[in-house]
Amino acid sequence: MKNLLEARAITKRFGGLEALTDVALTIARGEIYGLIGPNGAGKTTFFNVLTGFYHADGGDFLFDGAPLKITAPHEVAAAGIARTFQNIRLFGNMTALENVMVGRHVRTVAGVFGAVLRTRHARDEERAIHTRARDLLEYVGVGARQHDLASSLPYGDQRRLEIARALATDPKLLALDEPAAGMNATETATLKQLLERIRADGTTILLIEHDVKLVMGLCDRVAVLDYGRKIAEGAPASVQRDAAVIAAYLGGALV
Amino acid sequence: MNNLAGGHWARFRHDRRTLWAAYALIAFALVALPFVVDATLGRTWVRIIDVALLFTMLALGLNIVVGYAGLLDLGYVAFFAVGAYCYALLASPQHAIHAPLLVLLPLGALVAAGFGVLLGAPTLKLRGDYLAIVTLGFGEIIRIFLNNLNRPYNLTNGPQGITLVDPLHIGDFALSKTYTLGGLTFAPVHNYYFVFLACAVLIMLVSVRLEDSRIGRAWIAIREDETAARAMGINTRNIKLLAFAMGATFGGISGGLFAAFQGFISPESFTLLDSIMILCMVVLGGMGHVPGVVLGAILLTALPEALRYVGPLQSDWFGRVFIDPSDLRMLLFGLALVLMMLFRPAGLWPSKVRKRELST
Repeated sequence: MKNLLEARAITKRFGGLEALTDVALTIARGEIYGLIGPNGAGKTTFFNVLTGFYHADGGDFLFDGAPLKITAPHEVAAAGIARTFQNIRLFGNMTALENVMVGRHVRTVAGVFGAVLRTRHARDEERAIHTRARDLLEYVGVGARQHDLASSLPYGDQRRLEIARALATDPKLLALDEPAAGMNATETATLKQLLERIRADGTTILLIEHDVKLVMGLCDRVAVLDYGRKIAEGAPASVQRDAAVIAAYLGGALV
Repeated sequence: MNNLAGGHWARFRHDRRTLWAAYALIAFALVALPFVVDATLGRTWVRIIDVALLFTMLALGLNIVVGYAGLLDLGYVAFFAVGAYCYALLASPQHAIHAPLLVLLPLGALVAAGFGVLLGAPTLKLRGDYLAIVTLGFGEIIRIFLNNLNRPYNLTNGPQGITLVDPLHIGDFALSKTYTLGGLTFAPVHNYYFVFLACAVLIMLVSVRLEDSRIGRAWIAIREDETAARAMGINTRNIKLLAFAMGATFGGISGGLFAAFQGFISPESFTLLDSIMILCMVVLGGMGHVPGVVLGAILLTALPEALRYVGPLQSDWFGRVFIDPSDLRMLLFGLALVLMMLFRPAGLWPSKVRKRELST
């Protein structure tokens, strides 16, 4: 199986507005796939359909060789797709560590009885959650602030914490919605290293991003959305020269 | 959340002997409490302590729903009512059934949990004000049902309520009798004190352990950001229903204990005002923080009782009563809430996290 995710003819309508029209794309295992396009092109809508927050009006997904049954977000997470949000959505009044521990929820099983009786299994599991969460915080570089409230972390750390929380669900596909938004050049460079490392460690990445330099330097392939349609797909360098893409970004009248 | 406990406590905790000594001291104080109170303040106050323990259990139950999962429930007293009626109907002359204790309490808890899910299921998509209104309606529906279910078939005996409810008893050993042991007199209020204390401590333990677990983190995650919680793979429907069911279970158990303790229940004991009072205990004490909630429950039960002395005091000092204590009660209660919102918005004894949240 070379392809991890295959989206086939995804369509999404909001009333009369067609936000996505027959969007098809395939993401290969182990690649960093960029999804770019002007504001309002439908990138986040695609994310929301993929992660179960919206119901598609047409089309389906093939994930990891099997049809992806999208009924609720938590099932998508269980299937192995984890996401972050365009506007950071951390659990503000939990510590950084606890945020990541929540990410382990979907891969652990302790219930009320285990928690109340502190059974051996529940204790072992709790310890494993703890260790894994701390490792992931170190991995993204927020380890030193594990006991600080998520809301008190600096912006760049919050972005990285959100990635750590998503990684805690053991995803096969990590879907990042504008992870570099609002970051300065240094923070973006650190983020780029982190994403490359995550890919090297075996997680495929789907990336929505506005920072063209980051996308071009990081992604193996990119797809360009415009008004809900895919207008180009391919290696960053070739997409950059594509006439339709230039028209979409700079205005059609120029071409 | 536990790893946020202060440094001095962590150091203190490492010293095992000090810790056990502290536990032993607290245990001794709790055992001695009813006898000391009986000898100094009188038996009425032992009874007030019993009621305070009942409210502690209720407040801890509501704390799961409101404090952890962040679901505003204004009809919580309904589960208290369900537990109480469950006990009373199956242990009174009303239907000439006298089921054993070991059936009654678990059954009450189970039925209340069922009602918790019944309330939770249709309200899953609601939050904040909307959820509050629906739960408020639910609480009233239960009370009105209990009030009207004396026709066509007399199930609940309507507004007259159910009398002669069996006390807690195993065989001939009934808590409603007075025993003497080693020179100490165990009046019914003393007996119930020890049972209520045991139940309250158990519920505290369950609360603390749940809070610091996979389930508790899922509840708090939902409170903090439901969308993100769903994206992290939390089945918010089940986890919310679990919160409703757990909270209702605690309510159902306290309800059964209440019915046995009073020997009489009627729909009048389960009004909206009671729901609001329990919510106030949670909010005043410190939402989501077990010690705070316990403090809130004890204060809000004991303070109104203490105000009763204001009447006699006035006639002693001035020869007449200027302010009726019952008027003063609501006045001071309102004043206390306003002052608290101004000066301690996170509650009297908030968890460290919430204190920081509100100070930044």
